[in-house]
Amino acid sequence: MSKPIFVYVTYIAAPPERVWEGLTKPDVSEKFWFGYRVNADGKPGARMTAFNPAGKQVHDDPIIESDPPRKLVYGWKSLYKELPDERPSRVTFTLEALKGQTRLTVTHDDFDEGSKMFDMISKGWPAVLSSLKSFLETGRGLESTWDEEQRRHAGQA
Amino acid sequence: MTDVAKFAPKTIYVIYIAATPEKVWSGLTDPVFTRQYFGGFAVDVEPRTGGAFRMLYPDGRVHIAGKVLDWTPPKRFSCTWLVEGMPGFGDLPECIVTYDIEPAGGAVKLTMTESHSWEVPEEILAGGRSGWPAILSGLKSLVETGAAPAIAMAPPQGFMEAVKHALSEKPWTRV
Repeated sequence: MSKPIFVYVTYIAAPPERVWEGLTKPDVSEKFWFGYRVNADGKPGARMTAFNPAGKQVHDDPIIESDPPRKLVYGWKSLYKELPDERPSRVTFTLEALKGQTRLTVTHDDFDEGSKMFDMISKGWPAVLSSLKSFLETGRGLESTWDEEQRRHAGQA
Repeated sequence: MTDVAKFAPKTIYVIYIAATPEKVWSGLTDPVFTRQYFGGFAVDVEPRTGGAFRMLYPDGRVHIAGKVLDWTPPKRFSCTWLVEGMPGFGDLPECIVTYDIEPAGGAVKLTMTESHSWEVPEEILAGGRSGWPAILSGLKSLVETGAAPAIAMAPPQGFMEAVKHALSEKPWTRV
């Protein structure tokens, strides 16, 4: 076994500046990130913070690199007590402009072997990034189906 | 006969689409739609398990040929793939592409799984890993907005060389 790496690519019919806003500004993120207010607007050394729809803080991670609107890197450790207590991992967003569109690549790595958080983020990012794409292209994000899917998979197990 | 048990998933791509399962099913199985987001290819499929499956170039030549392994509208569409439209590629073993469509809130969760029967080199898998996000992003845009942005696709670096190497070595014939 080797250390797991999650990579997801999506193409969004919007310029990188708008994708960047969605990833860094809480007033935008709450419209597609299932109500979460994610603030990653700072320079390297500042914090990435996230609050859930109930107003509880769920992230307080370092911004490692910020080159608007091209590259953003931050640490990742959930503050939810219910989730596995693992050391911080790392998220890298790369935005490339292509004829009025953006190719967004999300790489989430620096996990230990057998990480449980890895399984969770592997399910979470496709939903968040699909919702970001819908929001920027149609003005409407998607509904969260996390709970519904957890229940369904628990039922199958 | 394709021995499905010998195939293992190598690439999985999940995307959520704000549409009904039926709409996504049409997007995958109707040439009117595939031409707009799938590199210009028209899907040509006999709508039954065991039927023929092809992806056609705009001029009608066959790019990909295969067989339908599962036709369960609007939930599961699975078929074998053999690239016939590029010289030599037809000698590579077939792969299996499966689309699973599940309701997810007011939207659907579409899961594409590409499975192989041999130890495919990373450089060849990279072809699908760069292509699927472009193709399925296009499908989502088309279904949600009525327009699929043109996304230029090209084989990733090292892909053609890896295919050439595999065709000369034929590693899948080794037991």
